Amino acid sequence: MTDSKRPDEPDPTPVASPVEEAYSVEKQIDLSQKSYSQGQLVVRRFFRHKGAMVSLFVLVFVTVMAFTSIGYGIIPNWWDKTFYDAGATVDGGRPTMQLWPFQIGEHPFGQDTIGKDYFALTMRGTQRSLIVAFAVGLLSTIIGTIIGAVAGFFRGWVEAILMRVTDLFIIIPLLVLAAVVGKMAEGIWWLALMLSLLTWTGLARLVRGEVLSLREREFVTAAEAIGTGPWRIIFKHILPNTVGTIIVSATLAIAATILLESALSFLGYGVQAPDTSLGLLISTYQNAFLTRPWLFWWPGLMILAIALSVNFLGDGLRDAFDPRQNRTAD
Amino acid sequence: MTTTTQSDSGQPVYTGSGTPTGDEEVVLGFSDVDVRFSTEFGSVHAVKGVDLKVRPGEVVALVGESGSGKSVTSMTAMRLLPRNATIGGQVDVAGKEVGRLKESSMRRLRGNDVAMVFQEPMTALNPVLTIGTQMVESMELHGVARGATAWSRAIELLGMVGIPEPERQMKKYPHELSGGQRQRVVIAIAISCDPKVIIADEPTTALDVTVQADILDLLRSLKDKLNTGILLITHNMGVVADMADRVAVMFKGEIVERGTVEEVLLHPNHEYTKMLLGSVPRMGHGRGQMGISVKEEVDADAPLAIELKNLVIEYQRLGKAPFRAVDDVSFDVRQGEIVGLVGESGSGKSTIGRCALGLIPAASGEFRLLGENITGMKRSALKPLRKRIGVIFQDPAASLNPRLPIGECIAEPLVVHKVGSRKSREDKVYELLDAVQLPREVYNRYPHEVSGGQRQRISVARALTLDPELLVADEPTSALDVSVQARVLKIFSDLQEQFGFACLFISHDLAVIDLLAHKVVVLQNGKVVEAGPREQIMENPQQDYTQRLIAAAPVPDPVEQGRRRRERHELLREQGEEIVELKVDGEQFHQSAAQAKGEAQVVEVDDDGRTDGTTRR
Repeated sequence: MTDSKRPDEPDPTPVASPVEEAYSVEKQIDLSQKSYSQGQLVVRRFFRHKGAMVSLFVLVFVTVMAFTSIGYGIIPNWWDKTFYDAGATVDGGRPTMQLWPFQIGEHPFGQDTIGKDYFALTMRGTQRSLIVAFAVGLLSTIIGTIIGAVAGFFRGWVEAILMRVTDLFIIIPLLVLAAVVGKMAEGIWWLALMLSLLTWTGLARLVRGEVLSLREREFVTAAEAIGTGPWRIIFKHILPNTVGTIIVSATLAIAATILLESALSFLGYGVQAPDTSLGLLISTYQNAFLTRPWLFWWPGLMILAIALSVNFLGDGLRDAFDPRQNRTAD
Repeated sequence: MTTTTQSDSGQPVYTGSGTPTGDEEVVLGFSDVDVRFSTEFGSVHAVKGVDLKVRPGEVVALVGESGSGKSVTSMTAMRLLPRNATIGGQVDVAGKEVGRLKESSMRRLRGNDVAMVFQEPMTALNPVLTIGTQMVESMELHGVARGATAWSRAIELLGMVGIPEPERQMKKYPHELSGGQRQRVVIAIAISCDPKVIIADEPTTALDVTVQADILDLLRSLKDKLNTGILLITHNMGVVADMADRVAVMFKGEIVERGTVEEVLLHPNHEYTKMLLGSVPRMGHGRGQMGISVKEEVDADAPLAIELKNLVIEYQRLGKAPFRAVDDVSFDVRQGEIVGLVGESGSGKSTIGRCALGLIPAASGEFRLLGENITGMKRSALKPLRKRIGVIFQDPAASLNPRLPIGECIAEPLVVHKVGSRKSREDKVYELLDAVQLPREVYNRYPHEVSGGQRQRISVARALTLDPELLVADEPTSALDVSVQARVLKIFSDLQEQFGFACLFISHDLAVIDLLAHKVVVLQNGKVVEAGPREQIMENPQQDYTQRLIAAAPVPDPVEQGRRRRERHELLREQGEEIVELKVDGEQFHQSAAQAKGEAQVVEVDDDGRTDGTTRR
């Protein structure tokens, strides 16, 4: 091996001889290829996931429709009916929406027993359910991640206390506890907060497990040896590596919360009348199932659409976050 | 003698006695073997037309670096490749064409005609079954022996491979044995059905050098006494020189050179082989190899970077007395000096390295780091010290955060210690990338986008970010291919000369230590066996253990290695140690095995009407 490089002056040309380059087992770094940051790669992969894209479209469509049709806060409404005013019953309250010839009609989703517009009611319910689901998904994920990461990283008595508290939450039947706090909760945001305080447990355990295995990895040891503080190690080195788990778990939590909120409202412990939610709608009209099936189907369909699309989104995100999916750029 | 010539097209042409001629008996033959894997990213052509033959009683070494396709080639003989593989060409084992056998005949072939010895004996053995159960199982499955006969034969086999007190070991579980003993068990299982050929896939890579030498001795006596053919797959040129009769060098799925071991290792023709051999540091050649140079003079009055006095490190165990990993160790490292910490697994060398990084506390004694005693020091007090210490770990894939771009990885120490502005940090990273000869463009790329040696260079760059006074390098090149190792070592030595940092270089590879270190400390079971300047330890070792350790390291030169082997055997005899060999009479062994198989064949009904699996010539 001939080498003329002087040590005091870094030479831009590699020391390897042409023979070495030709027979090197090292990967040639293709500089002409565009380099993507981790975030860009994730977004790229995510937008290539067909299932996730369809789901994203469905979810955005449902969300936009729910929040603009009857309005929310400063968002103006374009649908002229409200979910609390009863009107004259048209055609026995049947849905006036038709596919062929296409028409929306006066009450596309029909009317309920006292003549309220069912489209407005369903949209209101969807709004409530979405707010609760996403608020809980976000909050419980934050709580679960932090508790799990702290327990997994610090071990010792910190872990003992945190995990026993987690166990305590897990052994109490969720529905019973949720019913109690749901009854106490005034308004939808309180309900979301209360539910978050109950549903972080699964994620905390998952994150703790991941952190336990990650903290033994050499890059964490290397960070420690450099002098990196514990919080920086947790947030910069460990948690980004658990993002896949967290995201998937969060989307599952959102889907589960939709169902939990529906169940609670169905039992009468969640959202209280005169306000409404998808679960409450189903509960109110469960007896009308045979005579006025649309009163059951519309909110049911909404629950299904939201839960399903959120689950698919989670799938797409997990695939996108997995760095081992080292696709060659095309 | 084989004459390997280069034809006009640049393709090597093979003639002569190096490859068996048509009428010779061949126990394992590959002809034009071609393997493709279909993956979701397209087809991967792993093996491109390999021809190779193994005769009885001969060791053929298949040498190559990672990704050369050597293991894949061998797997075609066992038909153990995953389902997404497409295999072309023909593989013959003991006269049977593997591609045409039914699955049931194939099962009989594995073990009876061809057996395998894997790299990692811990994973090759089932951890929940005893050694005895596993040995008896293989014999019963192949109808060699049953019940009590199989049990006593298993004891006999364990005795043959040199396991002491075989009756007692039969009831033990794999984790209760040492690595070398486990590999002997694997070899005992492999020969239990008297196969005609053994495929040994990196059989000593996971073992310590002294154990490696023993296992190689065992394999050598096995082929001599049982006349078994061995296909040895390895990346280690020293092992090739020690074991092989013939060598085939593989590169990217093709055999680029072949011939007898003397031809290939002493007079290589192909550029790749030359480059490969040029990258192997050789024991006993000392300084100046591969263009690597270190400043020989270290200022004798230079301040001490590390000073150990009677250091004891213990690991706490639940319900048991603590385990003493490092016991009363004293040595020191001067500024600008490279100290090689050598020892086999369990010697406590990495533990000392981790203690130097403040990752584990010392139980007693004194650990002075850059003049300050760190035993019992608080975390916050340690931080300014850490700024002055760099670290390189063994596995570059594990020691870089996969979520951080390479540039941020290198800049991390600057951020943690709040040095410089964003711009100055970026400049520093570019400077370091230049120093380790990586293009600046990798700044925004991720560790998974570059390969092993490049990653290790990133680790070196990160370690040097803060211009440390001391570098702790824990086996920095042992996970790398030889050609890559040579380049990393070159860069490392250049940088050491340039920056003049002190270095605690932990390694099990004596040749690398010989190349770099100023001083060598030899550890065994947590205690210092011998310490002193490199020349003294490497050329004139005083302690028995050091002598054995140095004698066991193989060199990539068959003539020299043959001499070293004889010297080692003499040394072992002098020291009253045993020389490992297969304790068996070959003829008797074959007879009893054939007899057992013959008897078994009467009992066993051949389920698919073919007799090729059980009939022995």
